[in-house]
Amino acid sequence: MIDAPASPALRPFEALGRWTIFLVESLGQFGGFLGQALGALLTPPFKLWPLLGRINYIGFRSLLIIILTGGFTGMVLGLQIFFTLSRFGSEAFLGPAVALSLIRELGPVLAALMVTGRAGSALTAELGIMRITEQIDALTVMALSPMRYLVAPSILAGLITFPMMTALFDVVGIFGGYLVGVELLGLSEGTYFGEMQTFVDMADIMTGFWKSVSFGIIVTWVCTYKGFHVAHGAEGVARATTQAVVLSSVLILVWDYFLGTILP
Amino acid sequence: MIKVEGLRKSFRGQQVLRGVDLEVPTGSITVIIGRSGGGKSVFLKHLIGLLRPDSGRLEVAGVDLSRLSGRALDEVRKRYGVVFQGGALFDSMTCRENVAFPLREKLRLPAPEIDKRVDMALERVGLAGIGAKYPEEVSGGMRKRVAMARALVTEPEIVFFDEPTTGLDPVLVNAIHRLIRELHRASRFTAVIVSHEIPEIFEIADRVGMLHEGRIVEIGPPEVIQNSKNPIVQQFIRGEPDPQA
Repeated sequence: MIDAPASPALRPFEALGRWTIFLVESLGQFGGFLGQALGALLTPPFKLWPLLGRINYIGFRSLLIIILTGGFTGMVLGLQIFFTLSRFGSEAFLGPAVALSLIRELGPVLAALMVTGRAGSALTAELGIMRITEQIDALTVMALSPMRYLVAPSILAGLITFPMMTALFDVVGIFGGYLVGVELLGLSEGTYFGEMQTFVDMADIMTGFWKSVSFGIIVTWVCTYKGFHVAHGAEGVARATTQAVVLSSVLILVWDYFLGTILP
Repeated sequence: MIKVEGLRKSFRGQQVLRGVDLEVPTGSITVIIGRSGGGKSVFLKHLIGLLRPDSGRLEVAGVDLSRLSGRALDEVRKRYGVVFQGGALFDSMTCRENVAFPLREKLRLPAPEIDKRVDMALERVGLAGIGAKYPEEVSGGMRKRVAMARALVTEPEIVFFDEPTTGLDPVLVNAIHRLIRELHRASRFTAVIVSHEIPEIFEIADRVGMLHEGRIVEIGPPEVIQNSKNPIVQQFIRGEPDPQA
């Protein structure tokens, strides 16, 4: 049946309705995708080798970029916060200021953004190429679930590796702040670390932890979803990869704000 | 036996399949021919359960595939082997690992049995010794053979071939067709081949069906199709230009 064209006065409503249906459908598909992946994660047979492969792919291969960005972020923080605090004669609080900025906020967010750029984009491109070369279809017709083999291990690997990489980012960043604050600008080592122990408590560490766990799910969920639903050849892969990186990055920042308002 | 009745499928209002009727006898080689864009690949995707029809019946060994999903559909798929147009080999695995994959993951056989079956499968397609190479390191013809070895290594009852000779030179086209015939003689699987290799494909087919504008317009043994009075079939077989194009 062919729908009769709407009268000009009704066209904006028709467009709005079409857009709403598209949005609801897309969100439903997006949520259903995560549901299927979690279903594959929680029901046997469990696939250990694909999981280890993904931990290597997402986590281990991102170590260098995490160490590099973590170190320089800590150094920049050390430099800027030192000069700001020195105006009030409060340089002694450099350690806790650097540590709290990193542990609560910058560590989880920047580590997630870095991994999105390095591993998330590669994840989308890899799945996208598997889709357009019918490798995902091949798995399906072998009666093997692509969710179990390709998507679920990626999401679980994100869940495992993001907190670990965030912790590494924090530690290297704190050391970067130490290099600048203590070794370069002359703050005492005892003050830097001693004040840190006084002001940073477990709630701060847990805030960073929960953020990194949720970012791990968001990034792998978005990137696998975009790769899994690629269409239209090489151009489609390129478009999906860009969309995955942009959407993951935006969601990281939006979700960071919401978590920041909820968590202590 | 595969039985298709009144299969219809549309994409965004455009009808691709307009009521396909087809019977594939057990143990036969049935070839679906037709022009590019005529719905052959879409039809094949329905047969292997990758697409669901808008309406119609699609029966495999008495089970209506169009009503199945999840594990029930997977149970039917376990009887399948599929050779995709581009091979669809997993590019992160060697050719040998590709062939071993369904044995390891689908049948969960022990390692020595897998090794034995993979050796046999690669030997049958004339590729003993290339197993350690990755798909990107072998030629297009070899990739198709590896894909055949992977599709047949589980000894499926039904094998689907999606344009198995696309992109190959005439010598390789004949070699692949001979190979399909030999493998069929050895295993007696039911084969459905989507192809537009005319007239070479007639040499291996038991039955040929012409899919045109979403319908099977003629089906029968190769000689019947070759001598068909249907102008659409004749035009396609002779490769004459389409007067409407």
